[in-house]
Parts: sequence; C-alpha cells; structure tokens
Amino acid sequence: MTAEQPQTLIEIDGLTKRFGAFTAVDNVSFSVAKGEVLGFLGPNGAGKSTTMRMLASFMIPTSGTARICGHDVQTNSVAARTALGYLPEGAPTYPEMAVTAFLRFCAKIRGYRGSELNDRVAHAIGLTGLQGVRLQPVETLSKGFKRRVGLAQALLHNPPVLVLDEPTDGLDPNQKHEVRALIQQMAPDKAIVISTHILEEVDAVCTRAIVIANGRIVADATPAELEKRHPSGKLDDVFRLLTTGMKDAA
Amino acid sequence: MRKILTIADRELAAYFATPVATVFIVIFLVLQGTLTFNLGNFFDRDQADLNPFFTFIPWVFLLLIPAITMRLWAEERRLGTIELLLTLPITQWQAVLGKFIAAWLFCGIALLLTFPFVLTVNFLGNPDNGVIASGYVGSMLIAGAFLAVGSAMSAATRNQVIAFVLAVAICFIFTVASYSLVTDFLSKNTPVLAEVARRLAVLDRFQNFTRGLIAARDIVYFATFIGFWLFVNTVLVEQRKAD
Repeated sequence: MTAEQPQTLIEIDGLTKRFGAFTAVDNVSFSVAKGEVLGFLGPNGAGKSTTMRMLASFMIPTSGTARICGHDVQTNSVAARTALGYLPEGAPTYPEMAVTAFLRFCAKIRGYRGSELNDRVAHAIGLTGLQGVRLQPVETLSKGFKRRVGLAQALLHNPPVLVLDEPTDGLDPNQKHEVRALIQQMAPDKAIVISTHILEEVDAVCTRAIVIANGRIVADATPAELEKRHPSGKLDDVFRLLTTGMKDAA
Repeated sequence: MRKILTIADRELAAYFATPVATVFIVIFLVLQGTLTFNLGNFFDRDQADLNPFFTFIPWVFLLLIPAITMRLWAEERRLGTIELLLTLPITQWQAVLGKFIAAWLFCGIALLLTFPFVLTVNFLGNPDNGVIASGYVGSMLIAGAFLAVGSAMSAATRNQVIAFVLAVAICFIFTVASYSLVTDFLSKNTPVLAEVARRLAVLDRFQNFTRGLIAARDIVYFATFIGFWLFVNTVLVEQRKAD
C-alpha cells in the first residue's frame, strides 16, 4: 500500500463469528477510507448485521479483529466507539424518553456539557428533521421518525466513522431521499458503511459495494462495475447471480 | 464517574416515567405498614422502637427487590436498547454500576417515605433514634445486596420471570443461611460448611444494624457482597449481551 492512498478509517481483518457450528461471518476482510460510502449488501442472514455488531464492539469476534481510526475494537473498544456513530438494526431507543431527552442522554455520555451539549443536540435534530417532534416520547412516533431519532443519535458527535444498519428501512420515499442526501453531504469527511436491501440505494449513494452471502464476501466493486457482471446490467440481477448463483432473474 | 451518573440519572427517570415506581412504593409502604402494625404488634408491645418494622424489611425486600431488578437488563434486551447502550463509549462496568446506583437510590427513596413510622414512634414514646438510624443504614445495605444479586440474574437471562425467580431464590438462600434449621443440618453433615453459611448469611449482619451496632466488618461484608455480584453482573453482560 502506498502513501498517497486516502486515510483508512475502518480496517477489518479476517473477521470471523461462529455461533456453535454455524459460521455467521467467515474470514471477512476489507477496509474503508475517508470519503467512501460503502454499501453492504446481502440476503437476510448473510452476516451483515453480525459484521456491523462486531465493528461496533457489541459482539466479540471468534477470530480476527477490526480497527476504527486505528483503535482495535477489542483491546481499545471505548476509543473505537468514541470515533464511531452506530445505528443498530431496528434503531432501538428508550420508548418512554422524549426525543430531546434521549439525545441529551447520548450527548452527555459522549462527554458534552453545557452550551456545547445544547448545540450538538440542536444540530442533530436539525440534520434529521426532528424539530416537530422534539418533545414527544419516542414510543408515540412513527417508524420513520424513530429511525431518524436513531440516526440523530449516531450523528450527534460528528464521528469520523459511521456504521448504519439499514438507515432507510421504514422511511417513506421522501424521507429516504432526505437521508440519502444527508449521507452524500457528509460523505467527503467520513468513512460510511450502510447496509441495505434496497439496491437502488447503492446506485444513489454508494461509491463502493460489498456483497456478502453465507458470511463470505462474494463481490467488492463500485456499483458501476457490479452492474457489468450480469448481461442485463441491472443490480437486481447481479445480486441474485452473486447470492444464489442463479442467472435467471425474474 | 460522570458517565456512571448520567446512566443512573436516566435509569432513575425511567422508573418514574412508568407506573413501576408508584406501584412499587405503594405496595412497599402498605406491606411494611400492615406487617409492622398488625403482625408485628407495634402498639401492643408497648416499646418505643422500630424492631417490628426492621424485622420485616428483609422479607419484604426479598419479594419486592427482585421485582425491580428483573427488568434491569432483560428489558434492555427486549427493546434492543442494550445494543445502543453498550455501543456508546462506556465500559460495561460503568453501565452495570449506573444501573445499580439508580436502583439503589430508588430503594432509598422508598425507605425515606417510611418516615411516618419514625414520627409515630417518636410521638408515642422516646425511642433511641440512633438505633433507628443504624437500622436504616442496615436496610439500605440489605437492599443493595439484594439489588446486586437481582441485577446479575437479570443479565443472566432474557426472561424476566426466570430472572425474578432466580433472584428470589439466591437472596433467600443468603437470608436463611444462618437459621438454626440450616446450620444444624450442615454441622451434622459438613461442619465446615455450617461455619461458612453462618458467616455468609445476610440476615445476621443486618440484625447487628437493627440493634444499633455498626461494625466495620459488617460494612466490609456488605461491600464485598455487593461488589462480588456486580462483578458477576459485568461478566454476564459481557458474555451474553448479544445473545
């Protein structure tokens, strides 16, 4: 690797996770540089969320490791998590808390105090368009708003690395558009990994796509390169080809 | 430390955001009142002390404290928020301690609300308020001990009912360990264990406090007991967080 390469913010090195005899993630290695938006694709159960959980040091890898901004997620996990904005699958939040209270809690944990805390929370609310529901308990919000609360929490500290597990799941087309615009807007300064089922999203926001099936990486290329892998030139067909081995897409 | 207090603050607010707090405090006060005044013969004894009150505290706590702790970790698992909480830049130890402190403060609030007992006994006679204060210190410590056990059990399983039953069972064993029924049986069969049981028993230590005896070794005992179970709790969270 040469020196003029862009700054690598996420490094994944032989990451493996086994649950008993089942191997969920099998020797996965890749790295993501600043400015990249990596689309993480794969069928349900392919190991996307498991990989992201290990990246967020929520799951302990069976072998291999990952580094975020040079911090090992196992040996230096608090430093790794400080540099990380993470949206867990399903965007869990405390249901009884109001949006502002929840975000203030996360900001306090991240060490912000006083006016900076207020600014951070206000900024995150602005970015995700939550102004109208600021004081509502999260449990009263629609699925789309809940997802945005989770997103606001991940963006709060303007982290250099963002790992978002299905950030647009449950959003309506307008909201999807907004979130994608937001991701594109932030992309130049960050390394971003998003997992998704929506293949058009890969075209819309990703600079690179990794397809994972049965815990292994089966493709790692730009969306344009991926599309060339099937005669039809459609990402849907490429996805089917890569993950099932079947050429005949519907 | 700030992170621990931030977690404790959120947890404590969560108790009061749901009916859990009200239900717990009301049931606790009603139970303590009924037991002290009726079963404990508070008035007929003609004694200006709170002995009947403190006699029932461990038993009421044995039932109610696992009801608070059963949800501590199981609820985070059910909601999926455990993944959010533990991917924030905190250590598991800070999360465990924050939750424990919140639950302990909550028990402290419930105990503070028993002040009418103290007023009543002071109105009716001249009790030794030092002994009463020492009894309250003991009550807080036994609450802390049960909370630490319950919190660890909540981390051990995602099922709240199992967490509750396990916590009651373990707290019960530590409570009755010094009963002659237990120690007699043990000394007949395994004399070594009888001595161990006597030393590990929560109730004997607590009774020292209700007699007005605050001994360093009892405080060390409770601190060790709580520390041990919080350690178990941390290990269980680490091992089972993603299950």
